[in-house]
Amino acid sequence: VRFDDNRVEVTKEIHAVRAMPGSDWQPLEITPGLPPERADVVIVGGGVVGWSVAYWLKRKERIRDGVRVLVVEKDPTYSQASTVLSVGGIRQQFSLPENIHLSLASAEFLRSINEHLGVLNEDPVDLQFNHSGYLFIASEKGAGIMEENYRTQRYAGAKVTLLSPAQVKEKFPWLNTEGVALASYGLENEGWFDPWSLLNALRRKAISMGVYQCFGEVTGFRYSTHSMPTDDSHQMSFKRIRYVNVRMPNSLEYQPVECAIVVNAAGAHSGKVADLAGIGSGPKDTLAAVPVPVEPRKRYVYVLHCPDGPGLDTPFLIDYSGVYCRREGLGGNYIAGLSPEEEEEPDTRDLEVDYNFFQDRIWPLLAHRVPAFECTKVASAWAGYYDYNTFDQNCILGLHPLVNNMYFATGFSGHGLQQSPAAGRALAELILDGGFRTLDLSALGFERIFHQEPVLERSIV
Amino acid sequence: MALYRTVQLSGCARMCVSVARPYSTVARSPSTPLPLRSKLLFFLSQHFYDVEQLLSWSSWLRNWTLRRKNTFYSYTQEQYGNNVAAAFYILSLKGGFRFSGQSEWFRPNEKGKFSWDFVNFQEHPIEEVDVSGTVINCTGLDNLVSQKNLRTLSLRGCREVDDWFLSRLHIFQESLEELNLSGCPRISVGGLCALHHLRKLRKLDLSSLPRVQNPGLVRILLEEVLPHCHITGVEYDEGLQAFQEEKDSEALSSTGTGA
Repeated sequence: VRFDDNRVEVTKEIHAVRAMPGSDWQPLEITPGLPPERADVVIVGGGVVGWSVAYWLKRKERIRDGVRVLVVEKDPTYSQASTVLSVGGIRQQFSLPENIHLSLASAEFLRSINEHLGVLNEDPVDLQFNHSGYLFIASEKGAGIMEENYRTQRYAGAKVTLLSPAQVKEKFPWLNTEGVALASYGLENEGWFDPWSLLNALRRKAISMGVYQCFGEVTGFRYSTHSMPTDDSHQMSFKRIRYVNVRMPNSLEYQPVECAIVVNAAGAHSGKVADLAGIGSGPKDTLAAVPVPVEPRKRYVYVLHCPDGPGLDTPFLIDYSGVYCRREGLGGNYIAGLSPEEEEEPDTRDLEVDYNFFQDRIWPLLAHRVPAFECTKVASAWAGYYDYNTFDQNCILGLHPLVNNMYFATGFSGHGLQQSPAAGRALAELILDGGFRTLDLSALGFERIFHQEPVLERSIV
Repeated sequence: MALYRTVQLSGCARMCVSVARPYSTVARSPSTPLPLRSKLLFFLSQHFYDVEQLLSWSSWLRNWTLRRKNTFYSYTQEQYGNNVAAAFYILSLKGGFRFSGQSEWFRPNEKGKFSWDFVNFQEHPIEEVDVSGTVINCTGLDNLVSQKNLRTLSLRGCREVDDWFLSRLHIFQESLEELNLSGCPRISVGGLCALHHLRKLRKLDLSSLPRVQNPGLVRILLEEVLPHCHITGVEYDEGLQAFQEEKDSEALSSTGTGA
């Protein structure tokens, strides 16, 4: 009995300690993993763009705990997230100067990544960055555009060089230069890296700076509407999001998070999140009827094994037909893919891979360009989503005109990973400083969508 | 200075939403064993915010010193030209160099003092550079961009030389003949694959690169890409031995459990 008395006392002591100030013990059980009841900025989407915004927000806050940031991610396993399924390339060979600057700034960030994302007493970040450069190949038709792009890229500061077919043959003897009129080769800051390491590094650093992470799905917004008349007495209604409803996984329970600002970084599902806020559901032929033009597009990536393939100097090869191919590791493995035409876009309901696509579309083009790939085997394949901007395939960065506190960082159409550090910084500047400070990306805002003036990028892969 | 204790909550570390915000909740013991001083500092930084802040300030200071040492010597370049600016940069890093057409090397002595005679050689580009053991890094290469006659570059034991540095070496693709990369802890295969630009390279030293997992295979692949280059410091079967030992130990253990 005395033994029991002692045991009861010990248990009471543990409870008492738990109830002291500074402890989160509560007499009623609460569901684990609920987000906080209020937050300053709620970031919908826990991919590399979402965590980049969270990191930069915390980095730019002037006082400690000045901004309470919550990142809401639907899937803790990241099984369908575009970030981790990405091929992981970074390049500066774009035609739009804003894209080049975004990519250059991101490369600058990745170069000194341990200064930015190093956490005390943790292992340094290892991105496994392969500095092999991108090689774009142009036919006669595209040579003029490639030269113009080259000038834009050099002006913006990218280290790119143009190669004639003879130079290409000399540098890369395994390449078939038939039909090649001009090639553009990136010398620095281009290559590929491991997206999962970048995501984890950003996440680790952001959490160490105090960002809250919640695994749950955003199922709705509670917003208040107010209308104002325009100069010609049309009534325009503006929304302001007050609460974000975050539903817990495998449950009906949800927590309304009171927030000041919402950032839509949901990648391929940004269109659905925007619909939840009522964007695009207004009366016809008004601004309120314009939806956010981002939808998921499925892209296949195939891992090939070819023991006699090109060696260590293989760049990220992009043919004018759209086929791309890069080296993976040191064992004769390669990664290849192709963006399908508009008509043959695959179904986006799941991430099943169609191996016939490789046989029918990719392999002939690839074997023509690199003869060594005539005897290659498909070792495996996967599929991932592009957050495809159907309007002009460039990212949308900025505040929505009709929802006063919803920022968008989406629509990257395959370039999200390589532009994420700089895009995160740009969005944090928009939120905290009110405008762009380091890079002027106002051309990538919502205005172009409402004015129906596409800002086209000519070299999409 | 008062030391503020962090509140240690063992089980609820992940859930600390409203409690003493855990700066280092992601902390776990580092993978490699640390010396005693580092262990003590680590322990203190886990328990006191002040120590943690001091340590983060000291790492910021280290980065700032590195940036300062590798800054672009624009004033020297304006006044004396590219070659003298590059020379001054190398001497400030405590490295050595040799002008083309001259036979003697310019180096600082043990105390870091060097003679200022190099200022007279404004017309001579630099031909050989030895910055072993210095803190040269990728941004510091801005000072050497103009040296198109560089033939030898020795980077033995430079701890700041990483893959990004190697990716910038293409600026010397027409002239570099000897490159020594031994003992650089940050170089990995990702940077070595950028060396294929150096067409004139004849000697490459790749000994003791801890982050390169299979040095023998890397040597074979590099020799394929740089046919005229002689690669030293690594044998073809390095990196294969571990596999052989694994196979032997597997064979031993299987016979042990089978019998």
